[in-house]
Amino acid sequence: MESLIIVLVGVLTTVAIYLVLSKNVVRVILGTAILSHAVHLLILSMGGLKLGTVPLLGEEAVKYVDALPQALILTAIVISFAVTAFILVLAYRAYQELGTDNLGAMRGSDDE
Amino acid sequence: MYLLILAILVPFFFTAFIPLIHNRVGSIHLGWLVLVVPLVLFSIFVVQVPTISNSDTLMQTVHWIPSLGINFTVYLDGLSLIMALLITGMGALVVLYSIYYLSPSDSFPHFYAYLLLFMGAMLGVVLSDNLLVLYVFWELTSISSFLLIAFWYHRKNSRYGAQKSLLITVFGGLGMLAGFLMLHSMTGTFSIREIVATIGQYPEHALFYPAMFLILLGAFTKSAQFPFHIWLPDAMEAPTPVSAYLHSATMVKAGIYLVARFTPVFGGNAAWFWTVTLVGLVTLFWGAYCAVRQTDLKALLAYSTISQLGLIMSLFGLGSAALHFGDGEQGALYGLAIFAALFHMVNHSTFKGALFMVVGIVDHQVGTRDIRRLGGLMAALPITFTFAVIGSFSMAGLPFLNGFLSKEMFFTASVNAASLPIFGASTWGIVIPIIAWIASVLTFVYCMIFVFRTFFGTPQSKKADRKQVEPTLGMLVSPAILCVFIIGLFFAPNLLGDHLLRPALNGIIPEISGATPHIYAWHGFNTELFMTLGIVIVGSALYLTFRSWIKIFRLQPAGWTFTALYNSFLKNLKRASNWITTHYMTGHLPSYFAYIFMFFILAAGGALIFTGALSIDLTSDSPISVYEGLLTAVMAIAAISILFAKSHLAAVLLNGVLGFSIAIFFVLFRAPDLALTQLVIETVTTVLFLLCFLFLPEWTAEDSSKRTKFRNAFIAIGAGVTITLIGLTVNSGKLFESISGYFENSYELAGGDNIVNAILGDFRAFDTMLESLVLFIAGLGVYTLIRLKLGKGSGKDEHQ
Repeated sequence: MESLIIVLVGVLTTVAIYLVLSKNVVRVILGTAILSHAVHLLILSMGGLKLGTVPLLGEEAVKYVDALPQALILTAIVISFAVTAFILVLAYRAYQELGTDNLGAMRGSDDE
Repeated sequence: MYLLILAILVPFFFTAFIPLIHNRVGSIHLGWLVLVVPLVLFSIFVVQVPTISNSDTLMQTVHWIPSLGINFTVYLDGLSLIMALLITGMGALVVLYSIYYLSPSDSFPHFYAYLLLFMGAMLGVVLSDNLLVLYVFWELTSISSFLLIAFWYHRKNSRYGAQKSLLITVFGGLGMLAGFLMLHSMTGTFSIREIVATIGQYPEHALFYPAMFLILLGAFTKSAQFPFHIWLPDAMEAPTPVSAYLHSATMVKAGIYLVARFTPVFGGNAAWFWTVTLVGLVTLFWGAYCAVRQTDLKALLAYSTISQLGLIMSLFGLGSAALHFGDGEQGALYGLAIFAALFHMVNHSTFKGALFMVVGIVDHQVGTRDIRRLGGLMAALPITFTFAVIGSFSMAGLPFLNGFLSKEMFFTASVNAASLPIFGASTWGIVIPIIAWIASVLTFVYCMIFVFRTFFGTPQSKKADRKQVEPTLGMLVSPAILCVFIIGLFFAPNLLGDHLLRPALNGIIPEISGATPHIYAWHGFNTELFMTLGIVIVGSALYLTFRSWIKIFRLQPAGWTFTALYNSFLKNLKRASNWITTHYMTGHLPSYFAYIFMFFILAAGGALIFTGALSIDLTSDSPISVYEGLLTAVMAIAAISILFAKSHLAAVLLNGVLGFSIAIFFVLFRAPDLALTQLVIETVTTVLFLLCFLFLPEWTAEDSSKRTKFRNAFIAIGAGVTITLIGLTVNSGKLFESISGYFENSYELAGGDNIVNAILGDFRAFDTMLESLVLFIAGLGVYTLIRLKLGKGSGKDEHQ
């Protein structure tokens, strides 16, 4: 299972990086969002998958799955959401000011 | 007692206080307060003379980074003591002189802060036993020299000279540091004394010669040896007291000190002997040759300093032969060269310091240093004239002055070298006294130019700018003291020889039994005396016929100088780096991303392959159920489809598919908290995307060329493969035990049944707090971006 997920991570990374290398702002933003999906899956699989029960002590199981990657991912999900929201609005403003969503055409404004 | 360590630190402490006190001293010149520092330090070192002349040494250590073998060890032997006395003694005289030299419009606090900084750094260089500490002080002297040359920074030439000296000396300094590190890897210690003691075990070490040449590079750049001498004439843009102090008496002798210090380490082999001797001799000749043609008095003295430094350097080279012979008659014979070098080093500081001060007085009182505009100053400046005669004639090597003694000893050493039975000197050794003699003739000529063209002839007062009178008494005190030394050392040279030079010699080469070096003013009608006579006769003839052979200098094409080479190197370096930078700094985000990912592939992927870490082991994998397989396929298909999406909407919906599939994966992988969060966030993100699309144009197909697309695909696949391989490798071999067991005590430690929540809210609560801060900042950013309306031109108003 872990290896399968890691291969999936590789596929997601490839797609994400291809999008990030694009000239279109929205493609770049989508790329970063997908990249964070890939990283979350990678972190989770590093802790081992399905090796125990849900990490709730109430379950009174012999073995729980690794809780630390889950905590880290939880933080990462929220942060990546903040970043995505910010750059989306940035793209919106850039389009308003510069009239283009093409990174190649953005050459700064006259005020600089 | 840490007296010596304090002695090094005192100038630095005092520097820190200068900004505080300079406003409160009132009518007292800041220089008088600063003068206390070198005077006190000088007396501290004078007190050490009896100890050192008994061949004792002093050592004091403060442990600094003992784990790396870096300790602040101060080691005082004869050599260090001579240097320390020169630094503090000349320092006192120069500070005294500067009080009268500086004009009220100059910034005293800056000047004296830099000067004290230099004094402390220079003391650090000559007293440190630890190589790395020495290196730090070494570079500090370069920096303070840079600051002092650029003291009148509104002048273009000052800035140019400062930059040039810094680039050349720091370049050499870095080479020297590499050499030090090589020595460390050979001997395992940074202590010079320990290196001297153990270096005998590594004569065949592969790093022996590289270390030697790199350390010599540092010494040659610092001491302005050919072809690195070009910075010294430009350093003359500094105020004259600085030129007298740093660029003739002390800092440029740091390189010579380094050679002396490392003679016991590297000396005694042919490479060291020939490199140091020949570089010194070429510098001696080239400096004298260039000095003759100068029309600026300070430039003349600069080239003469280069020449004299070459002389001292070549003496150290010749003397290193003594280490080859060791104890015995031969050893004593060649060891005399080092004795002469030390003697000349002291003498040079006295006469060159005096001459610089004379030039400062002429410049100060007449308003020019140009020989063509000077003449007949003897009547107007009789006292200054006397100093000039004493200093110049000493430099020319005329009797009854200290320069005569060391010059004769130099000839003795060069004649002895001609008959040296080793290092192939029997064939080539004869060159040494010949170069020495020719250079000395040229030295005689420029000394005469200095005295006669400035002080004799018709007075040119119409061309000069100021009234020509002797300066105030205070300005004459320092050169007068130096002139007393110039004459005094001729009549009582052995006072210096026995108390300072001999202990210094013993520190460089092992004590040679039965041979006590002694300085004689008269040693019969021998080769050396006839060489001196020849110099006086030929030199006088050349001076008198100066105008008829001056044309010889025009033989050198105008652009064929080392300075021109340096300038064009600097210009091309600038152009090349500019070209490279403009070509890779394109200003396009995709290019920068491409660099980042390519570097990632090369660094991470390369490391994986070259370290042989790559391994794939599927045995410990958990089983795959049908759902999971299907879900994986769905995600992979959705991801790849995004690349071919024709509209925003399709792309965002496919991204939603990915997000929600991951939420399902979280459920399958026993992570309910993640699944909940992911569901909420994914929903909000999708809504946000859709909201933004209202205002953004529909996307068009990428207009990139096929080549760019292919390149992007290549990078993307490369990065994807690298990530996969790293993931599989990490998954195959667990190097560390998991630390998660600790968190399973969450109820006892944090009072929570939900381990993930306990980690976020308790164990790693700071992370979570800062995460909230990130959210808050992002929210502020979003709000500002939406609300802030920049009208056309409003940005311009801000700049006005």
